[in-house]
Amino acid sequence: MTTPDLTTPSSIAPSITPRSSTGRSLGSTIVVFTRQTGAGLRVLLALTVLLGIVYPLAVTGIGQVVFPWQANGSLLAADGSHVNSVANGGQGVAIGSALVGQSFAGPTWFHPRPSGAGKGYDTLASAGSNLGPNNPDLLTTVQNRRVQVAAEDGVDPRSVPADAVTASGSGLDPEISPAYAREQVARIAAVRGLSADKVSALVESSIQGRTLGILGEPRVKVLALNLALAKMTV
Amino acid sequence: MSATSIAVAQILVLVIALVAVHIPLGGYMARVFTSTRHLRVERAGYRVLRVDPDADQRWSMYLMSVLGFSLVSVLFLYGLERLQAYLPLSLGISGMDPAGAWNTAVSFVTNTNWQWYSGETAAGHLLQMAGFAVQNFLSAAVGIAVVVALIRGLARSGADGRVGNFWSDLVRTVVRILLPISVVAAVVLIGMGVIQNLSAHTEIATLAGGSQHVLGGPVASQEAIKELGTNGGGFFNANSAHPFENPTPLSNLLEIFLLLAIPFSLPRTFGIMVGDRRQGWAIVGVMGTLWAGAVGLLTWAELAGRGLVPAAAGAAMEGKETRFGAAASALFAASTTSTSTGAVNSMHDSLTAAGGGVTIFNMQLGEISPGGTGSGLYGMLVLVIVAVFIAGLMVGRTPEYLGKKIGRQEITLVALYVLATPAIVLMGTAISIATPAGQAGILNSGAHGLSEVLYAFTSAANNNGSAFAGLTVATPFYNVLLGLAMLFGRFVPIALVLALAGRFASQKTVPASAGTLPTHRPLFAGLLLAVVLVVVGLTYIPVLALGPIAEALQ
Repeated sequence: MTTPDLTTPSSIAPSITPRSSTGRSLGSTIVVFTRQTGAGLRVLLALTVLLGIVYPLAVTGIGQVVFPWQANGSLLAADGSHVNSVANGGQGVAIGSALVGQSFAGPTWFHPRPSGAGKGYDTLASAGSNLGPNNPDLLTTVQNRRVQVAAEDGVDPRSVPADAVTASGSGLDPEISPAYAREQVARIAAVRGLSADKVSALVESSIQGRTLGILGEPRVKVLALNLALAKMTV
Repeated sequence: MSATSIAVAQILVLVIALVAVHIPLGGYMARVFTSTRHLRVERAGYRVLRVDPDADQRWSMYLMSVLGFSLVSVLFLYGLERLQAYLPLSLGISGMDPAGAWNTAVSFVTNTNWQWYSGETAAGHLLQMAGFAVQNFLSAAVGIAVVVALIRGLARSGADGRVGNFWSDLVRTVVRILLPISVVAAVVLIGMGVIQNLSAHTEIATLAGGSQHVLGGPVASQEAIKELGTNGGGFFNANSAHPFENPTPLSNLLEIFLLLAIPFSLPRTFGIMVGDRRQGWAIVGVMGTLWAGAVGLLTWAELAGRGLVPAAAGAAMEGKETRFGAAASALFAASTTSTSTGAVNSMHDSLTAAGGGVTIFNMQLGEISPGGTGSGLYGMLVLVIVAVFIAGLMVGRTPEYLGKKIGRQEITLVALYVLATPAIVLMGTAISIATPAGQAGILNSGAHGLSEVLYAFTSAANNNGSAFAGLTVATPFYNVLLGLAMLFGRFVPIALVLALAGRFASQKTVPASAGTLPTHRPLFAGLLLAVVLVVVGLTYIPVLALGPIAEALQ
C-alpha cells in the first residue's frame, strides 16, 4: 500500500539521511495518491447526494409541514395576517416579511434606520456601510443625519438615539429602538390627525423586551407598527 | 439591571449551555472514534464505494487520503461554480469567473468560507446546497479527522506510524456527529424564522408603495452546518446579520452555541482517548480563558464605544442590528473569530478600533481558543508541545508529553507549524500593501486601511473567513492571492500535524516517573497560556501597532 520512504518523516522533516531511490519512491507515491484520489471522488459524490440533496430537501419538507409560515419568509398581508406564499392569491397579497425591514419615507410613517443595502432596504444587496469608527465621511454622515432627524421629528438633536443615525449590519434591520419609535410619535400624530396618546399607546404595546430578560435588546418592529398605524387611520 | 450586567448574564447563559454539552458530546465523540463497529448504512456505503474502512493507515497514507479527497473537492466545487448557469435552481445566475471560482472553491474546502461574492446574486440554490453546504460538512469533518489522527498518535505505543483510517473517520464524523445535530438545529432555526424553501427571489409591492424582493432558499439547512462546522459562509451577503439567517436574539444565542459546541467538547474527547481526562481539562481551561478574555475585551470595547463615529452617534451601532445591540454583537464577534467560523452578525469593519483589534488578535492566536472543528485542538496541541519543550529546557530534562519524547524531528515539525501561518499572513499583507492592485481595494484610509488588508490575510491564512468587508476583494489579484493563502494556511499545517502524529504513533510510550512534568495542573496551563500569547505577540505586535493599535490610540 505504501513505500518505505513515506513511513518516515524524512520527506517532510529535514534529515541527514539521503533518500535512496527517489525515482521509484516518486512513482509509487503518484500511484498511491491517484488511488486515494479516486476513492475520494467516489466518497465525495456519495456524500454530495446525502448532504447536498437528501439533507436539504428533507429539512425543507419538515419545515414546510411544521413551520410553513416561517419557512417561507414570515410574510404579512396588508391586514396583518400571515401569508405562506408570495403567490397565494387566496390568502391575500404579501406586502412584506415581518423579519425584513422596508423603506418608509415621508412624515406619515414610522421611519426605519438608515440602510446600506443598495438604495435602501434592497434585499438583493444586503450590506452594511463597512465604514470604520473614525472614518471622516461616516462622521459627517452621522452628524448630518442627527440634524435632519431632529428637524423632522421636532426634537433636540442631542436626544436623537444612535440607531436613528447609524446603518445596520444587514441594511435590512426590521427594527428600531423604543426610543426612536417614541421620538416619532408626535410627528405622526400631527400629520395623520390622530391623538398622540393613541399613537403612543400603539408604540408601547409594540415594544418587544429582551428575550428571557437578558438576550438582545428591546426593540420595535417597524412594519408591524406601520401596519397597525394604517389600520388605525382607516 | 445595567447594560453591563445584562451583557454578563447573556454570556453566562451561553457558558452554562457549553458546560452542559461538554461532557456528553465529548464522550460521544470519543465513542464514535474508538468504536470498532460500523453502522449498517456505513458498511453498505463502503462496499459500494470500494473503500476499506478498516485499513489502519500510516500517517503518510492518511495524509494522501486527505489531500486526494480535498483535491477532488476543490475541482468538483470549481466545476459547479463555473457551470451553475446550466444547473437546475440556478435562478438565472451565470457562472463565476475563473479567479472567483478558484477562490471560492478553495475557500469552502479549507473550512475558511471567505466570500468575495454576494450569495443573493452570485449563487443559485443548487450551488448553495450541493456545493457550499456539502463542503461545510466535509471540511469540518476533515479537520476533526486530522485531530483524531493526532490523538491516536499520542495514545498509541509503537504502532509503526499508524494513525487510523481517514475514510472511516470522515464518514463517521458526518453521519454520526454533524448530520444529526444539523437536522435538529435546522428545524429549530426554521421555527425561529430562518427560511427553508426552494423559491426564487420574488418581487412584491411594499406597504408604502415601493417594491422589494422576498428572498427564497434552503437557508436553515445551510445555517445549521455553517455554525456547527465552524465554517461561516453566509447564504446571503450580510451573513448572520441578515434577518433570514439570524432573526432573533434567541437564534443568535443558538448560533453562537453551535459554533462553539464541538471545539469546546473535543478536549474531552482527547482526554478520554489518551486515557487521562485531566489532560483535556487543562486544554479546555486554556481555551476557555482565552475565549473569555476576548469576549470580555470586545464587550467592553463595544459598550464603551470609543471613536469619533460612536461618540457622534451616541453608541457603537454602525454595522450592528437593533435586535442584537452592542453586547450580543460583541459576543458573536469574539466567538466567531476565536473559532475559525468567520460568520458575522455585525460588520467587523465598523467595530470600534479596540474591538476590531481583538477580532484580528483572536485569529492570529492561530484559531485555538477554542478554534475550528478539529483544527482548534490540533493547533493547541502543537502549542502544548512548544510549552513542554520550553519547560524541558528550563529544567534540563528531555521534554515529553503523554509519554512521548519531543526530539529533534518532533520539534522541527512543531516549529514549522508555528511559523507557517504567520509567514503567509505577513507576506500576503506586505505584497498587497506594496502593490497598486492591492492598494486599490482599500476603503478606509490610514491605519484602518492597513487593518483591512491585515484582517483579510489573517482571516484567509487562519481559515476564518470573516472580513473587514470594506476591502474590495472581488478582483483577480485578491481572489488569487487570498486563495493561495487559504490553501497553504490549511494544508501545510495539516501535513505537519499528520507527520507529527506518525512520529508519536511510532514511539513507545514512556511510563511517567517522578521527574515527568505534569501537564494537567494549573501551573502548566498557565505556562501554556503564556506561550500562546508570547509566540503570537512576538510575531504580530509590529504589524498590529501600525494598524488597530495606532487607530485605537488616536
